[in-house]
Amino acid sequence: MSLAGMPLSKNCRVTGVRPGNPLAYRLMEMGVIEGAVVQVLRRAPLGDPLQVRVGDYELSLRQSEADLIEVVAD
Amino acid sequence: MPASNQFTAAAAPITEASTTREHATIALIGNPNTGKTTLFNALTGFRRHVANYPGVTVEIARGPIRGIQRPTELLDLPGTYSLAAHSPDETVVCDALRGRVPDQARPDVVIAIVDASNLKRNLYLLCQLLDSGHPVVVALTMNDVAAARGLRVDGKKLAQRLGVPVIAVDARQPQSVAPLAQAVEDALNVVPPPAAVELPQPLTAVTQQLLDRHPELHRSEALRIITDQAGHAEQLFLGRGGDGALVNTLRVELAAQNVDPTAAEIRARYAWVDRVLGGVVERTLPPGNSWSHRIDAILTHRVGGTIFLLALLYVVFTALYSWAGPLMDGIEWSLAAVGDAISDVLPTGIIRSLVLDGLIAGVGGVLVFLPQILILFLFIAILEDCGYLARAAFLVDRLMRPLGLSGRAFIPLLSSFACAVPAIMGTRAIADRRERFITILIAPFMSCSARLPVYVLLIGALVPPVAWLGGWARLDALVMLAMYLVGVSVAIPIAWLLRHTTFSGPASGFVLELPSYKLPRLRTVGQRVYMAGKDFVIRAGSIILIASIVIWALGYFPRSAATQRAVQAQQQKHNWSDSEFETHLASAYLRDSYLGRLGQTIEPAIRPLGWDWRIGVGVLASFPAREVIVATLGTIFNLEAGSEEDTAPLEQAIQEAAWPDTGRPLFTLPVALSLMVFFALCAQCVSTLAVIRRETGTWLWPLVSFGGMTAIAYVAALLVAQVGAVLS
Ligand SMILES: Nc1nc2c(ncn2[C@@H]2O[C@H](COP(=O)(O)OP(=O)(O)O)[C@@H](O)[C@H]2O)c(=O)[nH]1
Repeated sequence: MSLAGMPLSKNCRVTGVRPGNPLAYRLMEMGVIEGAVVQVLRRAPLGDPLQVRVGDYELSLRQSEADLIEVVAD
Repeated sequence: MPASNQFTAAAAPITEASTTREHATIALIGNPNTGKTTLFNALTGFRRHVANYPGVTVEIARGPIRGIQRPTELLDLPGTYSLAAHSPDETVVCDALRGRVPDQARPDVVIAIVDASNLKRNLYLLCQLLDSGHPVVVALTMNDVAAARGLRVDGKKLAQRLGVPVIAVDARQPQSVAPLAQAVEDALNVVPPPAAVELPQPLTAVTQQLLDRHPELHRSEALRIITDQAGHAEQLFLGRGGDGALVNTLRVELAAQNVDPTAAEIRARYAWVDRVLGGVVERTLPPGNSWSHRIDAILTHRVGGTIFLLALLYVVFTALYSWAGPLMDGIEWSLAAVGDAISDVLPTGIIRSLVLDGLIAGVGGVLVFLPQILILFLFIAILEDCGYLARAAFLVDRLMRPLGLSGRAFIPLLSSFACAVPAIMGTRAIADRRERFITILIAPFMSCSARLPVYVLLIGALVPPVAWLGGWARLDALVMLAMYLVGVSVAIPIAWLLRHTTFSGPASGFVLELPSYKLPRLRTVGQRVYMAGKDFVIRAGSIILIASIVIWALGYFPRSAATQRAVQAQQQKHNWSDSEFETHLASAYLRDSYLGRLGQTIEPAIRPLGWDWRIGVGVLASFPAREVIVATLGTIFNLEAGSEEDTAPLEQAIQEAAWPDTGRPLFTLPVALSLMVFFALCAQCVSTLAVIRRETGTWLWPLVSFGGMTAIAYVAALLVAQVGAVLS
């Protein structure tokens, strides 16, 4: 399941980041890596991007970027 | 002297001393939003000087560390998440670390800033730094934030695990950094720590192969070249004549073993981070309970956040006009007083004309706008310091996307309303080259503070003081708003066009950290505002002063006897009084001056805009900087008004200016609007063009920018003038 499809405020665990996209590496470097706990906090007024908590901090991610992140509900 | 917040680990002393060079170089490196600037200021006591290295576009602030024996130079490098460089900012960090910045020594010690409230991600960069072959001192910041979130960090254990000193600081209390300065001095005499992390075997093997072929590389560099396909490290390596074929072979080798080197490195480092942090951090509260989160529940809320953003923008723009008013009046009044005093002392003649019409009129006319610049920068500095600017980017990202831009471009574009120069420099944080170039090219369309003088002058003089709804809706404010919208509404199709032609390609991403909210710091905000004001005044004081004097001279000379004789002949014919004679003489002098002739030469081109040669002269003269037109018009009309009325307000002079042949007023509303629209869209600013040249690395883009903007401005001004003439 991708992070983009997760309901708001649901704690999730990252199972992988779809490789091949340079953004995937950037996300991994910023801590979106197997085992990390992530949570979609809310969406921007126009539905996109998403405000996502990664471990101890927060990121703004577009829907398309959140789609790269595979998660399971925690 | 060791304080309780100092956690030192055993460090091997070094025999071969780096103490031979007099100045030790210390680099300050850390993630963005970790308190790096605050720490730099605390360590150096706010003494910074900004250097711009040859061949490098990013400015690096430097300053000596206070309170230690060895003379040092502390480098404030841009914030970065990783040493795998993609954006220009990140590139500079890597180059400076490697000692590859021209005229800049390789750092002797690295201060790694680590945010205690966000250890995991911060330790990732630290892990790379520990492998880079520099002695490292860790500065642990945001300890209060961590404590408030229920995180207890065992600094002593952390130092033991890392094998480098870990010093807790709160840089907002400058005295708290003394132990850090001491640790840095001690670190000058230790050997760098051994590589922190054991990478997977296939990766170590290929790194070793590259090192065998290129022994001059550092291990961390060799690794970076392999992992970072088409990245900065590889480009530098190939540029120096490195063995690109070997790198490709090694990558193929890894692929054959099913190893993704980039991902493997990241995983290995995070595994190391997990091992280091095991038992170091104790969590007493669940995440997501801080006051920062509660604020965000409102400020990034769909409805609440949008309303707040709009209200904020409204407050900023109101403040620009109503708060600045009294201050501007005060400056104007003082300048008038100075002018009066001087004209009482100096005899009539060339010196007095130079002082009054060149110097005071020029610089003074610009100084008047300082209040607005300071107010705008005050807002931007506060919003940035407290962390709201990233939220604004989050809120508007979707809006920017059709332009091929992201919310990240919003911040430079917003600052461009103050000045395009810092805004264009601020685009360095945009990693995607296409997005960055588009932002650079459209930033000058945002109405910067230098255009304000033109708007304020012409609106004040020519827009009737009409108001509706009990003063809540005013015509002058609406015209001003329209001027800001003109730039934006032209920038949008331009951005779209660039995105679909020159800079087409896959859309860039928008991975942006939303830092936790902080109370803005008076001193930091003050420093930003002060620097902005200083920049502007220095610009006003140099470029604009020079331009004023040149323009005054072009308008004063040649002052031929023939002109005087011709006016004398007319005086006898028309029986003019002495004062009428003076006015006509001044007018004739200006008409026959070099500047007047230049304006008359271009008059056929600007006649369709409703402009006469005097406006043309103002536009020509404002090429160095838009705000110069105010000084120029001041000079032109003051000269024309005769030397007795030197300090007559420019607004009045503009209202009274007339076409010489018909006596009709020169500045009608359509003419004023066409002039304002021209200035809203043109590229009359040498500083902006110079910065574009610097940031894009070629003269092509400043030329495109100047040519394109001037053409667009001309056409738009023509449209306004023609439509206006039909309507009125
Ligand atoms: N609570 C807290 N705030 C800090 C600390 N150090 C810096 N700040 C604040 O954090 C914000 C960002 O600091 P700044 O130095 O601009 O960070 P930079 O982006 O890393 O350069 C500012 O508002 C600082 O006042 C700290 O130790 N604790």
